[in-house]
Amino acid sequence: MIERPESAVASIAQRNLEGYVGFANLPNQVYRKSVKRGFEFTLMVVGESGLGKSTLINSLFLTDLYSKDYPGPSLRIKKTVQVEQSKVLVKEGGVQLTLTIVDTPGFGDAVDNSNCWQPVINYIDSKCEDFLNAESRVNRRLMPDNRVHCCLYFIAPSGHGLKPLDIEFMKRLHDKVNVIPLIAKADTLTPEECQLFKKQIMKEIQEHKIQIYEFPDIEDDEDSKLIRKIKERMPLAVVGSNVVIEVNGRKVRGRQYPWGVAEVENGEHCDFTVLRNMLIRTHMQDLKDVTNNVHYENYRSRKLAAVTCNGGVDTSKTKNQMTRSPLAQMEEERREHVMKMKKMETEMEQVFEMKVKEKKQKLKDSEAELERRHEQMKKNLEAQYKELEEKKRHHEEEKSNWEAQQRILEQQKLDASKTMEKNKKKGKIF
Amino acid sequence: IHTTPVSYASGEGARAVPLAGHVGFDSMPDQLVNKSVNHGFCFNILCVGETGLGKSTLMDTLFNTKFEGEPTQHNQPGVQLKSNTYELQESNVRLKLTVVNTVGFGDQINKEDSYKSIVEFIDTQFEAYLQEELKIKRTLHSYHDTRIHACLYFIAPTGHSLKSLDLVTMKKLDSKVNIIPIIAKSDAISKSELTKFKIKITSELVSNGVQIYQFPTDDETVAEINSTMNGHLPFAVVGSTEEVKIGNKMVKARQYPWGTVQVENENHCDFVKLREMLIRVNMEDLREQTHTRHYELYRRCKLEEMGFKDTDPDCKPFSLQETYEAKRNEFMGDLQKKEEEMRQMFVQRVKEKEAELKEAEKELHEKFDRLKKLHQDEKKKLEDKKKSLDDELNGFKQKKTAAELLQSQAQQAGGSTTLKRDKERKK
Repeated sequence: MIERPESAVASIAQRNLEGYVGFANLPNQVYRKSVKRGFEFTLMVVGESGLGKSTLINSLFLTDLYSKDYPGPSLRIKKTVQVEQSKVLVKEGGVQLTLTIVDTPGFGDAVDNSNCWQPVINYIDSKCEDFLNAESRVNRRLMPDNRVHCCLYFIAPSGHGLKPLDIEFMKRLHDKVNVIPLIAKADTLTPEECQLFKKQIMKEIQEHKIQIYEFPDIEDDEDSKLIRKIKERMPLAVVGSNVVIEVNGRKVRGRQYPWGVAEVENGEHCDFTVLRNMLIRTHMQDLKDVTNNVHYENYRSRKLAAVTCNGGVDTSKTKNQMTRSPLAQMEEERREHVMKMKKMETEMEQVFEMKVKEKKQKLKDSEAELERRHEQMKKNLEAQYKELEEKKRHHEEEKSNWEAQQRILEQQKLDASKTMEKNKKKGKIF
Repeated sequence: IHTTPVSYASGEGARAVPLAGHVGFDSMPDQLVNKSVNHGFCFNILCVGETGLGKSTLMDTLFNTKFEGEPTQHNQPGVQLKSNTYELQESNVRLKLTVVNTVGFGDQINKEDSYKSIVEFIDTQFEAYLQEELKIKRTLHSYHDTRIHACLYFIAPTGHSLKSLDLVTMKKLDSKVNIIPIIAKSDAISKSELTKFKIKITSELVSNGVQIYQFPTDDETVAEINSTMNGHLPFAVVGSTEEVKIGNKMVKARQYPWGTVQVENENHCDFVKLREMLIRVNMEDLREQTHTRHYELYRRCKLEEMGFKDTDPDCKPFSLQETYEAKRNEFMGDLQKKEEEMRQMFVQRVKEKEAELKEAEKELHEKFDRLKKLHQDEKKKLEDKKKSLDDELNGFKQKKTAAELLQSQAQQAGGSTTLKRDKERKK
């Protein structure tokens, strides 16, 4: 289901007007400005050649988009799939419309049609890319909107079902552009065959989960009945012609057969009118809005996610990043980095402090050790000193004692010799 | 309303082709209008003016309803902005109206910073929108646009000229918001005074280069009325929510002893003109100008400030991807550089500290070497002393021994002498 964005509802106070204010005129102001601005629309047609694409375009817009001077792509033989655009300016009722028709000649015409959708995808993406770049510029000018607003896919009226190419193409493009499948050249199917064919196609579309363009629900009862009627007729079976034929006095556009005239604008003959009314008269703006709000936004978010999330490996982180602008993203990364650096800083500080403490402690320890040893040696020396002093003192004592003793002996000797002398003198010697 | 970038049908490269009948795309404007009506509209007005100039009353009168608010006192310390959002409906049109009031404007003694909070407020709304616009997953379609679409500047009815606060403020705001100057409480001014006042104001605005909002004259449908109205600026207004009976109708008016000022009487004041221009004719243009001119200017300045450019030096246009990638690489490189710087600083510190500690260690060893040497000297001294004492001891011993020997010899001699004597005696 293609999501349609809901309007935000905030808690706001209601007030009733007690008289005329004038903003009921706003729609007129918008009308006026839009007419002045003019409108743009890009329509892409895809299908094998010969399915009447160019004729249908001419019928839809009642003009010779492809004429002798500007031949349609079908009249040119192509070997590979091309994507070509034609731009025309049409005016009606004071309203100006710049219409771009994108054709894909060569689509499905080759024997090997693998990847024949690639040029189409590339074209659509390149238009989105242009718009994205224009929108992202610093100096933004008035940007023309060349994005593809609608893709009409032509299904060959085989009456059986979708071809593999049809399924493949629609599967690849349904999330890039509004796809509206059409049964081409519907005048080759009887109403019953057509009904069966439509049922089969819708069944296959649902089976393969292809999201074709859905009409938005409108509150208006009348319109919603109409919408439901249209939905029942999907896919629309169309017939195109710009040849005017007279039928019962009326001038109608149609295809003349021996058995009658298939009228383009007859609702019982084909769904052309439904297509025209829906595509141009009622839902042109919605097709543009869905392109802008859904398909383009998908492209943009995918593109930006690839740039800023580096492929987004961590999905939980990516989800968070998606809701932020890339600039806010960088802010966030910067903040994270600052925190990381702070943490790193404190860690480093811690390690540093610890190491310094260790070293200091070691130094202190060795200092204490050396101190201790020195103290010990000092003590040792002091003890030795003391011992020496003691010895010296002892010796001094002994010496003085002995000297004293010697003195006494000397004195004795002296006395003795004195006495002898005396005796000698006395002649005591016999 | 759709806030998609304004895209214009350029019609360039397109050839005009005639239509052979009615195709039906002339319903496009109606389709667009229907979608807009279904979505609802939003409009944001900022009222700037001194306290007591009747801002709230004028809002009530303009929108024919009673909005929030008590009348403010004059004692606010700074200028604050109060915003209230209301949902209004007129016929089938829903309008989300936000009225922002400046509270305390002009009440301070020093009014130099008065305009700052206003500019900040306007910028904040732009910033919010810019952030939304830059998100990867964004919902612009349902974004409640809070950007200010119109700024009603209330001029005090002095009758002389603009105050310098008015000029300064308007000059700061004119590149950020559509300014519509109005003369408030204009029932205090007589008609002749009013004409002079208007001329004075206009000339002062012009001479000071203040760009006020001009009603657009490019669309033929409204060009005439708009250009006429441009000549009546600034609008002299009177606001009142009270009704007075005039004739057999109840009209909004202010009753004085000398008469009744009828708000919606164009001879009495320009209220009707203001309502016409602001709401009925140009509301959409005000919104458009805000988005395509003021917001774009803000965005451009903001992005340039951040270093985004549209072209590289070779004048080749940058793609968005390249720009973001370049920005991001620059940014990551910056972060890495910072990281590296911090690491280097740490390595440096470690080196320094290591050297310091080594130095301390060296000193310690030196100290102990010195002590060791001292100790060695002491030891040597001790050894010397020991030696001398030993020598002395030895000497003493020898002396003693010699003396004792002498003594013993003497004794022996004495003995022998005595013996000799004895021998001689015996003879």
